[in-house]
Order: sequence, then C-alpha cells, then structure tokens
Amino acid sequence: MARITAGVCTSHVPAIGAAIDLGRTAEPYWQPVFRGYEFSKQWIARNRPDVVFLVYNDHASAFSLEMIPTFAIGCAESFAPADEGWGPRPVPTVQGHPELAWHIAQSVILDEFDLTIINRMDVDHGLTVPLSLMFGQPAAWPCRVIPFAVNVVQYPPPTGHRCYQLGKAIRRAIESFDEDLNVQVWGTGGMSHQLQGPRAGLINQPFDRAFLDRMTSDPEGLAKIPHIEYVREAGSEGIELVMWLIMRGALDADAREVYRFYHVPASNTAVGHLILENVR
Amino acid sequence: MALDKPYKDIPGTTIFDAEMSRKGYHLNQFCMSLMKAPNRARFKANERAYLDEWPMTEEQKQAVLARDYNRMIGLGGNIYFLAKIFSTDGQSFEFAASRMTGVTPQEYRQMMNSGGRSPEGNRYVDEPHERAQAPATGGQVGGGAARHG
Repeated sequence: MARITAGVCTSHVPAIGAAIDLGRTAEPYWQPVFRGYEFSKQWIARNRPDVVFLVYNDHASAFSLEMIPTFAIGCAESFAPADEGWGPRPVPTVQGHPELAWHIAQSVILDEFDLTIINRMDVDHGLTVPLSLMFGQPAAWPCRVIPFAVNVVQYPPPTGHRCYQLGKAIRRAIESFDEDLNVQVWGTGGMSHQLQGPRAGLINQPFDRAFLDRMTSDPEGLAKIPHIEYVREAGSEGIELVMWLIMRGALDADAREVYRFYHVPASNTAVGHLILENVR
Repeated sequence: MALDKPYKDIPGTTIFDAEMSRKGYHLNQFCMSLMKAPNRARFKANERAYLDEWPMTEEQKQAVLARDYNRMIGLGGNIYFLAKIFSTDGQSFEFAASRMTGVTPQEYRQMMNSGGRSPEGNRYVDEPHERAQAPATGGQVGGGAARHG
C-alpha cells in the first residue's frame, strides 16, 4: 500500500526561483536563504519519495478570473513550467502520477470534498520553486509530482479548518492506493507577507515563529485561525499559510519536526520551512 | 444580507473580494493577456491602442498608463494579475512594492532587510499615530536553522 512518510512546508517566493535560474545563489543577499536548505537537500536524498503530493497556489498563471477552482488536482501525465510573463523557468517538465491522482480524486470526492479535476495545466513558481529548493537543478525531477492547486487569490480562500480536514481525507485516499509507494505531502507558500498597497512589506516574526511551533504542538488550534487574523497579522498574502494545513492534516497527529528554517527577508517575504516525519 | 467584510478596517490593504473582482474583471484579464510574448510586444509598441481593445474604464486605463498600482488595486486590480504589467516592464515585486509604499527601491529593500514592516500600529486604521511610528519589535532579524532529534 502507499504510505505517507513525511511532510515538507516551504515558502515559494518567485525571486528565489530567479536567483537559482540566474546563478545568483552565492550572493550575500541570497546565501543565507540557500544555506537554510542544505540540510533539506541531504535529507531528501536519504528519504527519496516516489511521489510528492504538492499543495501550492497558482498566481494568475493557469487560472485567470474566467475559472477559479477552490481545490484543483492535477491528473495529467505531465505539467509544463508556465510562462509567467518573462518566459518559462528553465526547469524540467513535471511528471505527474495520473493513476494515484485519479485515485485520490475519486476517493476524496466520495469523502465529500469536491475537487476540480485538471487534465491540462502549466505550473508556475508556486510549484517549481519548492522543487528547486529541495532538489536543486537536476536534468529531470527525481520523483513524480501531483500538483494540488488551492485558490488563495480570490477572497475567500478555503478556511484553515477545511484545509486541515481535506488533508486527512487525502491521507485516507493515499493509504488506500494498492501500489507500494513512498509519498510525501508538501504544503507551500507563506509565511507572513503582503505584496500590495501601502502596507506592503508587512512581516510578523512572532506570528510566524508561533505558527512554526504550533505545526507540531497544536495543529488543531492552528486550523481554527480565521481569515481575518491571517490578513491582519500575517499580511494579505500570509493567508497562503492555510495550504500548510493540508499537509499537516495528512500527517500523523504526533509527527515529529526534524528540521526548521526561518529567514527574513526574501524579496517581500518571510521564508519559513519545516520538515515533519511520521514516527511510525 | 450584505457580505460580511471584517477586513475593511485594516490599513493600506485591499482584499480582492467579490466586489473588487467584478470591478476589476477586464483590467485583470488585460493583465493576463500580457503572459503571451506577442501581446507584450503589441502593448509595448502602443500602450494606449492596446488598452483600447479592452472594455476597461477610462480611469483603469489611465492608472495602467501611469503605472499607479495603488490606483489599479482600488479599481479592482489584483496584485498577481498586475504583476504581468511590471514583469512586462522588467520590474520585480520588490520594485512594485516600493512604488505602492511611496519609497525608493533602496529604502524599501532596507526596510525589508531590517525585518520588514512591523504589524505594530498597522493592524487597524484607527490605531494611534504614535504606535505607527514605533520601531519594529519582535524576533531577531535574519534567521536560523535548527535540526532536531
């Protein structure tokens, strides 16, 4: 049977992708950010997943205002890097896992979480920057990836509680898949940041650090944070943190933190990163 | 019953809700068109003519021409869509944020390097001005990694 072994959360700042693509990771501004992922690269080399279920948000790349799915699962064979206005990132095409993705879609929908099924989709920095941070610059990504897009652009995004419960349903789905697969669930985006208006640049380090702590000590409590608190405390784009709760819901209640990294700033954003492992 | 909008009292922040999305639909869809290189070229060649192909309001078009991002947001623009405009201009999110906050790019980067804009004094529109002037507090700037177990 397929099993979930670990979860990863990380910010997906586009400027991080640009720094990697333009060979600027050793610059003094960027060096501390990338040093924070060195352990993670070694960890994932030792704990290679067969499949990553990657929760992210599209940034007006695949979805315009014509269609705005709240939860969308990528069931295609592959997903090309999106042209976000300056040409696609020079990263490998993402290979999907249609069989597992369709299995999850069917299982989760019958479990009363109504997903949108996507058979063709380009993936933007929200998905490819986390892959670059964890795997570096390989010629091909070393595992299959199931993209799972969450709307956090059009208000209202799904609630943290809904995301947390959905994570549990995704876990039930993955664990009922017959093939013996090592699956990781990643939650991306965040942490505190605001990209718009006169309040742009907001960073709330105490909020972020408490959030990182509570990912292991109090996930049920985290899932109760209302949207207004994210927006007021962590900035209008800090609400992306609800996506971390899908990952958290998919892991064991007593999952253990094996690594943490926090850094301010990367461009406009506080970078947060956690690796959690299921103990059993 | 009117939609509940508890976020209206947050300063300097426009939530992209149903009202803004309806208001900004064509502005945002125009931005979306700039994801294609041929459209970017046509826009750059004659911005006004390209904008006139879209059923946007005159006010929205003027805001685009002036690259007034706060005005665009007030007229229904969403920052991820507006990003297509400053990407077409070869500018970054950091640059756009400096424009929206009324400081130079250097001043903006300096603020971010010092830990960003503090939430102190920036949670409610009616917070006392003195608090808005308070220096940033909170955890240490910069970061740190921790390996456990």
